[in-house]
Amino acid sequence: MRLEAKKLGYRYANDAWLFRKFDLSLQQGETVGLVGPSGRGKTTLARILAGYDTPLEGTVMLDGQPLPKRGYHPVQLVFQHPEEAVNPRWRIGRILNEGGQPDPFLLQELGIDQGWLERWPGELSGGELQRFCVARALGPQTRFLIADEMTTMLDAVSQAQVWHSVLAIAKQRNLGLLVISHEPSLIRRLCDRVIEWESLVH
Amino acid sequence: MCKLEVENLSVSFSHYDRGLRQQMVEVIHGLSLSIKAGQIVAVVGSSGSGKSLLAHAIMGILPGNAVMAGRICYGGETLNAQRQATLRGKEMALVPQSVNYLDPLMRVGQQVRIPGADQVQAAQQRNLFERYGLEPGVEQLYPFQLSGGMARRVLLSTATLSGASLIIADEPTPGLHHEAARETLLHFRELADEGRSILLITHDIESALTVADKVAVFYAGTTVEIAAAEDFAGHGERLRHPYSRALWNALPQNQFQPIPGAQPLPGQLPDGCVFAPRCPAASAECSEIKPDMRKLRGGMVRCIHAS
Repeated sequence: MRLEAKKLGYRYANDAWLFRKFDLSLQQGETVGLVGPSGRGKTTLARILAGYDTPLEGTVMLDGQPLPKRGYHPVQLVFQHPEEAVNPRWRIGRILNEGGQPDPFLLQELGIDQGWLERWPGELSGGELQRFCVARALGPQTRFLIADEMTTMLDAVSQAQVWHSVLAIAKQRNLGLLVISHEPSLIRRLCDRVIEWESLVH
Repeated sequence: MCKLEVENLSVSFSHYDRGLRQQMVEVIHGLSLSIKAGQIVAVVGSSGSGKSLLAHAIMGILPGNAVMAGRICYGGETLNAQRQATLRGKEMALVPQSVNYLDPLMRVGQQVRIPGADQVQAAQQRNLFERYGLEPGVEQLYPFQLSGGMARRVLLSTATLSGASLIIADEPTPGLHHEAARETLLHFRELADEGRSILLITHDIESALTVADKVAVFYAGTTVEIAAAEDFAGHGERLRHPYSRALWNALPQNQFQPIPGAQPLPGQLPDGCVFAPRCPAASAECSEIKPDMRKLRGGMVRCIHAS
Protein backbone atom coordinates (compact mmCIF):
# COMPACT_ATOMS: atom_id res chain seq x y z
CA MET A 1 0.00 0.00 0.00
CA ARG A 2 1.16 3.49 -0.75
CA LEU A 3 0.22 6.89 0.66
CA GLU A 4 0.79 9.68 -1.80
CA ALA A 5 0.40 13.43 -1.59
CA LYS A 6 0.21 15.03 -5.00
CA LYS A 7 0.73 18.73 -5.64
CA LEU A 8 -0.68 19.72 -2.26
CA GLY A 9 -1.15 23.38 -1.50
CA TYR A 10 -2.41 25.02 1.67
CA ARG A 11 -2.64 28.41 3.29
CA TYR A 12 -4.57 29.93 6.14
CA ALA A 13 -7.09 32.61 5.04
CA ASN A 14 -5.21 35.07 2.85
CA ASP A 15 -1.76 34.49 4.31
CA ALA A 16 1.12 33.45 2.10
CA TRP A 17 1.03 29.83 0.89
CA LEU A 18 2.55 27.48 3.44
CA PHE A 19 3.37 25.06 0.67
CA ARG A 20 2.38 24.48 -2.95
CA LYS A 21 3.01 21.63 -5.39
CA PHE A 22 4.02 19.49 -2.42
CA ASP A 23 4.70 15.83 -3.30
CA LEU A 24 5.33 13.06 -0.82
CA SER A 25 5.13 9.31 -1.04
CA LEU A 26 5.18 6.78 1.75
CA GLN A 27 5.26 2.98 1.39
CA GLN A 28 3.70 0.54 3.77
CA GLY A 29 6.36 -0.91 6.06
CA GLU A 30 8.77 1.99 5.90
CA THR A 31 9.63 4.56 8.55
CA VAL A 32 10.28 8.00 7.14
CA GLY A 33 11.48 11.07 9.02
CA LEU A 34 10.34 14.58 8.18
CA VAL A 35 12.50 17.40 9.52
CA GLY A 36 12.44 21.14 9.07
CA PRO A 37 12.14 24.51 10.83
CA SER A 38 9.12 25.33 12.95
CA GLY A 39 6.17 27.30 11.65
CA ARG A 40 6.42 26.16 8.03
CA GLY A 41 3.46 23.80 7.92
CA LYS A 42 4.64 20.36 9.00
CA THR A 43 1.72 19.94 11.37
CA THR A 44 -0.69 21.25 8.73
CA LEU A 45 0.60 18.61 6.33
CA ALA A 46 0.11 15.93 9.00
CA ARG A 47 -3.48 17.10 9.51
CA ILE A 48 -4.17 16.96 5.77
CA LEU A 49 -2.72 13.46 5.41
CA ALA A 50 -4.83 12.23 8.31
CA GLY A 51 -7.96 13.83 6.89
CA TYR A 52 -8.49 16.55 9.52
CA ASP A 53 -8.08 19.30 6.91
CA THR A 54 -8.83 19.38 3.20
CA PRO A 55 -6.04 20.64 0.96
CA LEU A 56 -6.82 23.76 -1.09
CA GLU A 57 -4.87 22.32 -4.01
CA GLY A 58 -3.88 18.77 -4.91
CA THR A 59 -4.95 15.41 -3.53
CA VAL A 60 -3.98 12.72 -1.07
CA MET A 61 -4.23 9.20 -2.53
CA LEU A 62 -4.11 5.83 -0.84
CA ASP A 63 -3.15 3.18 -3.41
CA GLY A 64 -4.34 5.49 -6.17
CA GLN A 65 -7.73 6.01 -4.53
CA PRO A 66 -8.78 9.22 -2.77
CA LEU A 67 -8.91 8.97 1.04
CA PRO A 68 -12.23 7.65 2.38
CA LYS A 69 -14.59 10.39 3.61
CA ARG A 70 -16.39 8.23 6.16
CA GLY A 71 -15.67 5.25 8.37
CA TYR A 72 -12.33 4.43 9.95
CA HIS A 73 -9.53 6.57 8.55
CA PRO A 74 -6.59 4.41 7.50
CA VAL A 75 -4.14 7.25 8.18
CA GLN A 76 -3.99 8.06 11.88
CA LEU A 77 -2.27 10.98 13.54
CA VAL A 78 -0.81 11.17 17.03
CA PHE A 79 -0.46 14.74 18.23
CA GLN A 80 2.29 16.38 20.23
CA HIS A 81 0.14 17.26 23.24
CA PRO A 82 -1.85 14.28 24.51
CA GLU A 83 -3.69 16.51 27.04
CA GLU A 84 -5.29 18.38 24.15
CA ALA A 85 -6.15 15.27 22.18
CA VAL A 86 -8.41 13.64 24.74
CA ASN A 87 -11.76 14.62 26.20
CA PRO A 88 -11.05 15.71 29.78
CA ARG A 89 -14.57 14.67 30.84
CA TRP A 90 -14.25 11.08 29.69
CA ARG A 91 -12.62 8.32 31.66
CA ILE A 92 -9.52 6.83 30.05
CA GLY A 93 -11.30 3.57 29.23
CA ARG A 94 -13.89 5.41 27.14
CA ILE A 95 -11.23 7.48 25.37
CA LEU A 96 -9.34 4.32 24.52
CA ASN A 97 -12.40 2.65 22.98
CA GLU A 98 -13.36 5.69 20.95
CA GLY A 99 -12.14 4.15 17.69
CA GLY A 100 -13.04 0.55 18.55
CA GLN A 101 -11.81 -1.91 21.16
CA PRO A 102 -8.01 -2.19 20.95
CA ASP A 103 -6.24 -5.50 20.98
CA PRO A 104 -5.21 -6.51 24.57
CA PHE A 105 -1.79 -7.51 23.27
CA LEU A 106 -1.31 -3.94 22.06
CA LEU A 107 -2.13 -2.54 25.50
CA GLN A 108 0.35 -4.87 27.09
CA GLU A 109 2.99 -3.98 24.52
CA LEU A 110 2.52 -0.25 25.27
CA GLY A 111 2.86 -0.87 29.01
CA ILE A 112 -0.69 0.24 29.78
CA ASP A 113 -1.77 -0.59 33.30
CA GLN A 114 -5.38 -1.84 33.57
CA GLY A 115 -5.79 0.29 36.68
CA TRP A 116 -5.45 3.44 34.57
CA LEU A 117 -8.60 2.75 32.57
CA GLU A 118 -10.82 3.92 35.42
CA ARG A 119 -8.96 7.21 35.80
CA TRP A 120 -9.54 10.68 34.38
CA PRO A 121 -7.08 12.22 31.90
CA GLY A 122 -6.06 14.89 34.42
CA GLU A 123 -4.78 12.22 36.79
CA LEU A 124 -2.21 10.82 34.39
CA SER A 125 1.08 12.31 33.26
CA GLY A 126 1.76 13.22 29.64
CA GLY A 127 3.80 10.07 29.11
CA GLU A 128 1.00 7.83 30.33
CA LEU A 129 -1.66 9.69 28.34
CA GLN A 130 0.36 9.57 25.16
CA ARG A 131 0.36 5.76 25.33
CA PHE A 132 -3.43 5.83 25.20
CA CYS A 133 -3.36 8.18 22.23
CA VAL A 134 -1.00 5.77 20.47
CA ALA A 135 -3.17 2.76 21.35
CA ARG A 136 -6.28 4.59 20.12
CA ALA A 137 -4.59 5.44 16.82
CA LEU A 138 -3.43 1.86 16.24
CA GLY A 139 -6.78 0.28 15.47
CA PRO A 140 -6.86 -2.84 13.28
CA GLN A 141 -7.63 -0.82 10.15
CA THR A 142 -4.78 1.67 10.55
CA ARG A 143 -2.31 1.47 7.67
CA PHE A 144 -0.22 4.58 8.23
CA LEU A 145 0.67 6.34 11.45
CA ILE A 146 1.85 9.94 11.56
CA ALA A 147 3.77 10.85 14.68
CA ASP A 148 3.86 14.63 14.91
CA GLU A 149 6.42 15.29 17.66
CA MET A 150 4.81 12.33 19.37
CA THR A 151 7.35 11.94 22.15
CA THR A 152 8.70 15.50 22.43
CA MET A 153 7.00 16.07 25.75
CA LEU A 154 8.07 12.73 27.23
CA ASP A 155 11.13 11.83 29.24
CA ALA A 156 13.76 9.62 27.62
CA VAL A 157 12.63 6.41 29.33
CA SER A 158 8.98 6.86 28.30
CA GLN A 159 10.08 7.93 24.82
CA ALA A 160 12.11 4.76 24.37
CA GLN A 161 9.24 2.64 25.75
CA VAL A 162 6.65 4.16 23.41
CA TRP A 163 8.86 3.93 20.32
CA HIS A 164 9.96 0.36 20.98
CA SER A 165 6.29 -0.66 21.14
CA VAL A 166 5.28 1.36 18.09
CA LEU A 167 8.15 -0.02 16.01
CA ALA A 168 7.33 -3.58 17.05
CA ILE A 169 3.66 -3.14 16.12
CA ALA A 170 4.50 -1.38 12.86
CA LYS A 171 6.76 -4.25 11.89
CA GLN A 172 4.24 -6.89 12.85
CA ARG A 173 1.38 -5.22 10.93
CA ASN A 174 3.52 -3.77 8.16
CA LEU A 175 2.47 -0.17 8.85
CA GLY A 176 4.00 2.93 7.31
CA LEU A 177 5.29 5.54 9.76
CA LEU A 178 5.92 9.23 9.18
CA VAL A 179 7.97 10.69 12.01
CA ILE A 180 7.96 14.47 12.37
CA SER A 181 10.60 15.52 14.84
CA HIS A 182 13.21 18.14 15.63
CA GLU A 183 15.49 15.68 17.29
CA PRO A 184 18.18 14.48 14.89
CA SER A 185 19.33 11.61 17.09
CA LEU A 186 15.79 10.22 17.38
CA ILE A 187 15.28 10.46 13.62
CA ARG A 188 18.59 8.70 12.98
CA ARG A 189 17.62 5.97 15.40
CA LEU A 190 14.17 5.32 13.94
CA CYS A 191 14.00 6.09 10.25
CA ASP A 192 14.86 4.28 7.03
CA ARG A 193 15.02 7.57 5.17
CA VAL A 194 14.71 11.25 5.99
CA ILE A 195 12.99 14.01 4.08
CA GLU A 196 14.05 17.63 4.48
CA TRP A 197 10.99 19.86 4.47
CA GLU A 198 12.87 22.58 2.58
CA SER A 199 13.68 20.22 -0.29
CA LEU A 200 9.98 19.57 -0.92
CA VAL A 201 8.53 23.06 -0.66
CA HIS A 202 8.33 25.23 -3.72
CA MET B 1 26.06 32.09 48.77
CA CYS B 2 23.12 30.49 47.14
CA LYS B 3 20.68 32.62 45.17
CA LEU B 4 17.92 30.10 45.62
CA GLU B 5 17.64 27.30 48.13
CA VAL B 6 14.83 24.80 48.29
CA GLU B 7 14.84 22.66 51.41
CA ASN B 8 12.70 19.62 52.03
CA LEU B 9 9.86 21.01 49.94
CA SER B 10 6.59 19.17 49.73
CA VAL B 11 3.48 20.12 47.77
CA SER B 12 0.11 18.43 48.29
CA PHE B 13 -3.22 18.94 46.64
CA SER B 14 -6.57 18.49 48.28
CA HIS B 15 -9.21 17.03 46.02
CA TYR B 16 -12.65 15.57 46.34
CA ASP B 17 -12.53 11.83 46.55
CA ARG B 18 -16.15 10.74 46.78
CA GLY B 19 -19.02 13.08 47.54
CA LEU B 20 -17.85 15.75 49.94
CA ARG B 21 -14.96 13.76 51.33
CA GLN B 22 -11.65 15.47 50.68
CA GLN B 23 -8.31 13.80 50.30
CA MET B 24 -4.76 15.14 50.28
CA VAL B 25 -2.38 13.84 47.66
CA GLU B 26 1.29 14.60 48.08
CA VAL B 27 2.83 15.28 44.68
CA ILE B 28 6.25 16.61 45.69
CA HIS B 29 8.02 15.32 48.78
CA GLY B 30 11.41 15.87 50.38
CA LEU B 31 12.75 17.94 47.53
CA SER B 32 15.97 19.92 48.00
CA LEU B 33 17.84 21.98 45.45
CA SER B 34 20.11 25.03 45.38
CA ILE B 35 21.41 27.42 42.75
CA LYS B 36 24.26 29.90 43.08
CA ALA B 37 24.51 33.17 41.19
CA GLY B 38 25.88 32.58 37.71
CA GLN B 39 24.84 28.93 37.67
CA ILE B 40 22.59 27.00 35.36
CA VAL B 41 20.96 24.04 37.05
CA ALA B 42 19.18 21.67 34.71
CA VAL B 43 16.23 19.76 36.09
CA VAL B 44 15.63 16.54 34.19
CA GLY B 45 13.54 13.50 34.96
CA SER B 46 10.41 11.64 34.17
CA SER B 47 7.26 13.33 32.87
CA GLY B 48 4.89 13.96 35.73
CA SER B 49 7.62 13.89 38.37
CA GLY B 50 6.73 17.39 39.59
CA LYS B 51 9.26 19.47 37.67
CA SER B 52 6.77 22.15 36.62
CA LEU B 53 5.21 22.17 40.09
CA LEU B 54 8.59 23.07 41.55
CA ALA B 55 8.73 26.06 39.19
CA HIS B 56 5.24 27.12 40.18
CA ALA B 57 6.01 26.68 43.90
CA ILE B 58 9.06 28.95 43.63
CA MET B 59 7.08 31.61 41.75
CA GLY B 60 4.16 31.29 44.19
CA ILE B 61 1.59 30.54 41.51
CA LEU B 62 0.31 27.17 42.69
CA PRO B 63 -3.46 26.76 42.49
CA GLY B 64 -5.61 27.42 45.55
CA ASN B 65 -5.99 23.80 46.61
CA ALA B 66 -2.23 23.29 46.94
CA VAL B 67 -0.53 23.13 50.34
CA MET B 68 3.19 23.70 50.55
CA ALA B 69 5.59 22.69 53.32
CA GLY B 70 9.36 23.06 53.66
CA ARG B 71 11.44 26.12 52.99
CA ILE B 72 12.33 28.18 49.92
CA CYS B 73 14.99 30.87 50.36
CA TYR B 74 15.80 33.56 47.86
CA GLY B 75 18.96 35.63 48.40
CA GLY B 76 19.30 34.25 51.92
CA GLU B 77 15.82 35.20 53.06
CA THR B 78 12.73 33.04 53.29
CA LEU B 79 10.46 33.41 50.34
CA ASN B 80 6.89 33.84 51.54
CA ALA B 81 3.79 34.62 49.54
CA GLN B 82 4.18 38.36 50.01
CA ARG B 83 7.80 38.42 48.94
CA GLN B 84 7.00 36.19 45.98
CA ALA B 85 4.40 38.67 44.82
CA THR B 86 6.91 41.56 45.00
CA LEU B 87 9.74 39.71 43.28
CA ARG B 88 7.72 37.95 40.61
CA GLY B 89 8.29 39.41 37.16
CA LYS B 90 11.06 41.70 38.46
CA GLU B 91 13.63 39.57 40.29
CA MET B 92 12.27 36.17 39.29
CA ALA B 93 10.82 35.36 35.91
CA LEU B 94 9.19 32.24 34.52
CA VAL B 95 9.31 30.98 30.97
CA PRO B 96 6.09 28.96 31.02
CA GLN B 97 5.61 25.69 29.24
CA SER B 98 2.67 26.50 27.06
CA VAL B 99 1.44 29.22 24.73
CA ASN B 100 -1.74 29.39 26.83
CA TYR B 101 0.15 31.65 29.22
CA LEU B 102 0.08 34.49 26.67
CA ASP B 103 -2.76 37.01 26.64
CA PRO B 104 -4.83 35.97 23.62
CA LEU B 105 -6.15 39.49 22.99
CA MET B 106 -2.86 41.36 23.03
CA ARG B 107 -0.31 41.66 20.25
CA VAL B 108 2.80 39.72 21.21
CA GLY B 109 5.31 42.57 20.85
CA GLN B 110 3.31 44.59 23.32
CA GLN B 111 3.06 41.87 25.92
CA VAL B 112 6.75 41.05 25.81
CA ARG B 113 7.52 44.65 26.83
CA ILE B 114 6.68 45.67 30.36
CA PRO B 115 3.57 47.88 30.54
CA GLY B 116 4.40 51.54 30.03
CA ALA B 117 7.69 50.67 28.39
CA ASP B 118 9.76 53.34 26.70
CA GLN B 119 11.43 53.40 23.31
CA VAL B 120 14.62 51.84 24.69
CA GLN B 121 12.74 48.77 25.76
CA ALA B 122 10.92 48.55 22.49
CA ALA B 123 14.30 48.55 20.77
CA GLN B 124 15.59 45.83 23.12
CA GLN B 125 12.54 43.76 22.36
CA ARG B 126 13.16 44.09 18.61
CA ASN B 127 16.80 43.09 19.05
CA LEU B 128 15.76 40.07 21.06
CA PHE B 129 13.18 39.01 18.47
CA GLU B 130 15.80 39.34 15.77
CA ARG B 131 18.25 37.29 17.80
CA TYR B 132 15.69 34.52 18.25
CA GLY B 133 14.99 34.59 14.52
CA LEU B 134 11.53 36.13 14.74
CA GLU B 135 10.73 38.36 11.78
CA PRO B 136 9.90 42.03 12.45
CA GLY B 137 6.23 41.49 11.58
CA VAL B 138 5.81 38.98 14.40
CA GLU B 139 5.44 41.64 17.10
CA GLN B 140 2.19 42.73 15.46
CA LEU B 141 0.68 39.22 15.62
CA TYR B 142 -1.73 37.78 18.15
CA PRO B 143 -0.80 34.54 19.98
CA PHE B 144 -3.18 32.36 17.95
CA GLN B 145 -1.30 33.33 14.78
CA LEU B 146 1.99 31.93 16.06
CA SER B 147 3.33 28.46 15.42
CA GLY B 148 4.47 26.38 18.40
CA GLY B 149 8.12 27.30 17.88
CA MET B 150 7.40 31.01 17.46
CA ALA B 151 5.27 31.09 20.60
CA ARG B 152 8.08 29.43 22.51
CA ARG B 153 10.50 32.17 21.46
CA VAL B 154 8.02 34.91 22.39
CA LEU B 155 7.68 33.39 25.87
CA LEU B 156 11.45 33.32 26.17
CA SER B 157 11.76 36.97 25.20
CA THR B 158 9.31 37.92 27.94
CA ALA B 159 11.50 36.40 30.64
CA THR B 160 14.88 37.48 29.28
CA LEU B 161 13.78 41.08 28.68
CA SER B 162 12.48 41.44 32.24
CA GLY B 163 16.06 41.66 33.58
CA ALA B 164 15.24 39.15 36.31
CA SER B 165 18.18 37.65 38.18
CA LEU B 166 16.52 34.25 38.55
CA ILE B 167 14.99 32.77 35.42
CA ILE B 168 13.00 29.57 35.64
CA ALA B 169 12.56 28.10 32.19
CA ASP B 170 10.01 25.31 31.99
CA GLU B 171 10.71 23.28 28.86
CA PRO B 172 11.91 26.22 26.74
CA THR B 173 13.05 24.20 23.72
CA PRO B 174 10.57 21.57 22.49
CA GLY B 175 9.10 22.46 19.12
CA LEU B 176 12.15 24.55 18.27
CA HIS B 177 14.39 23.36 15.49
CA HIS B 178 17.97 22.56 16.34
CA GLU B 179 19.65 25.92 15.72
CA ALA B 180 16.93 27.90 17.49
CA ALA B 181 17.15 25.58 20.50
CA ARG B 182 20.93 25.93 20.59
CA GLU B 183 20.69 29.71 20.31
CA THR B 184 18.25 29.78 23.24
CA LEU B 185 20.53 27.75 25.46
CA LEU B 186 23.59 29.79 24.52
CA HIS B 187 21.66 32.90 25.44
CA PHE B 188 20.92 31.36 28.84
CA ARG B 189 24.64 30.69 29.26
CA GLU B 190 25.38 34.36 28.50
CA LEU B 191 22.78 35.49 31.00
CA ALA B 192 24.27 33.18 33.62
CA ASP B 193 27.76 34.49 32.90
CA GLU B 194 26.41 37.97 33.69
CA GLY B 195 25.63 36.63 37.17
CA ARG B 196 22.03 35.52 36.80
CA SER B 197 20.81 32.12 37.92
CA ILE B 198 18.85 29.83 35.69
CA LEU B 199 16.76 26.83 36.54
CA LEU B 200 16.34 24.94 33.30
CA ILE B 201 13.59 22.35 33.34
CA THR B 202 13.97 20.13 30.31
CA HIS B 203 13.67 16.73 28.65
CA ASP B 204 16.47 17.45 26.28
CA ILE B 205 19.35 16.23 28.44
CA GLU B 206 21.87 16.30 25.65
CA SER B 207 21.46 20.01 24.87
CA ALA B 208 21.06 20.96 28.52
CA LEU B 209 24.43 19.38 29.28
CA THR B 210 26.17 21.73 26.85
CA VAL B 211 25.34 24.73 29.07
CA ALA B 212 24.42 23.46 32.55
CA ASP B 213 26.71 23.40 35.58
CA LYS B 214 24.67 20.99 37.66
CA VAL B 215 21.92 18.54 36.88
CA ALA B 216 19.12 17.54 39.26
CA VAL B 217 17.34 14.31 38.39
CA PHE B 218 13.68 14.02 39.44
CA TYR B 219 11.59 10.91 39.83
CA ALA B 220 8.11 10.53 41.33
CA GLY B 221 8.07 13.92 43.03
CA THR B 222 11.54 14.04 44.50
CA THR B 223 15.20 14.56 43.62
CA VAL B 224 17.01 11.25 43.28
CA GLU B 225 20.36 12.69 42.29
CA ILE B 226 22.28 15.94 41.90
CA ALA B 227 25.29 15.54 39.67
CA ALA B 228 27.83 17.65 37.82
CA ALA B 229 27.09 17.93 34.10
CA GLU B 230 30.33 16.03 33.33
CA ASP B 231 29.01 12.93 35.11
CA PHE B 232 26.64 12.30 32.22
CA ALA B 233 29.07 10.50 29.92
CA GLY B 234 29.73 7.08 28.43
CA HIS B 235 27.28 4.49 29.75
CA GLY B 236 26.59 6.60 32.83
CA GLU B 237 29.22 4.86 34.99
CA ARG B 238 29.81 8.04 36.99
CA LEU B 239 26.12 8.57 37.75
CA ARG B 240 25.05 7.70 41.26
CA HIS B 241 21.39 6.67 40.99
CA PRO B 242 20.06 3.76 38.89
CA TYR B 243 17.22 5.96 37.56
CA SER B 244 19.70 8.57 36.30
CA ARG B 245 21.55 5.81 34.48
CA ALA B 246 18.31 4.43 33.01
CA LEU B 247 17.37 7.91 31.80
CA TRP B 248 20.77 8.48 30.24
CA ASN B 249 20.85 5.07 28.54
CA ALA B 250 17.32 5.54 27.16
CA LEU B 251 18.39 8.51 25.02
CA PRO B 252 18.26 7.80 21.28
CA GLN B 253 21.92 8.82 20.89
CA ASN B 254 22.92 6.33 23.61
CA GLN B 255 21.38 2.84 23.78
CA PHE B 256 17.71 3.86 23.34
CA GLN B 257 17.07 1.18 25.94
CA PRO B 258 13.81 1.52 27.92
CA ILE B 259 13.25 0.02 31.35
CA PRO B 260 9.97 -1.78 32.05
CA GLY B 261 7.17 -0.42 34.23
CA ALA B 262 5.88 3.05 34.96
CA GLN B 263 6.43 5.77 37.50
CA PRO B 264 4.14 5.31 40.55
CA LEU B 265 1.19 7.70 40.70
CA PRO B 266 1.16 10.36 43.42
CA GLY B 267 -0.74 9.02 46.40
CA GLN B 268 0.29 5.46 45.55
CA LEU B 269 3.99 5.69 46.25
CA PRO B 270 5.76 2.57 47.51
CA ASP B 271 6.74 2.46 51.19
CA GLY B 272 10.45 2.36 50.54
CA CYS B 273 12.50 3.89 47.75
CA VAL B 274 10.25 5.35 45.01
CA PHE B 275 12.31 3.67 42.30
CA ALA B 276 12.55 0.24 43.96
CA PRO B 277 9.73 -1.44 41.93
CA ARG B 278 11.59 -0.75 38.65
CA CYS B 279 15.16 -0.92 39.93
CA PRO B 280 17.37 -3.77 38.65
CA ALA B 281 19.53 -3.57 41.79
CA ALA B 282 16.75 -3.35 44.38
CA SER B 283 17.12 -5.47 47.51
CA ALA B 284 14.57 -6.32 50.20
CA GLU B 285 15.78 -3.34 52.23
CA CYS B 286 14.93 -0.92 49.39
CA SER B 287 11.22 -1.61 49.61
CA GLU B 288 11.21 -0.96 53.37
CA ILE B 289 13.21 2.20 54.09
CA LYS B 290 12.82 5.58 52.38
CA PRO B 291 16.40 6.57 51.59
CA ASP B 292 17.58 10.08 52.49
CA MET B 293 19.54 12.36 50.23
CA ARG B 294 23.24 11.95 51.01
CA LYS B 295 26.51 13.37 49.72
CA LEU B 296 28.52 11.19 47.38
CA ARG B 297 31.46 11.96 45.10
CA GLY B 298 30.77 15.70 44.90
CA GLY B 299 27.07 15.20 44.24
CA MET B 300 24.00 14.02 46.09
CA VAL B 301 22.08 10.76 45.80
CA ARG B 302 18.99 9.16 47.29
CA CYS B 303 19.91 5.48 47.18
CA ILE B 304 21.24 3.16 49.87
CA HIS B 305 23.31 1.13 47.41
CA ALA B 306 25.07 3.91 45.55
CA SER B 307 28.83 4.04 46.04
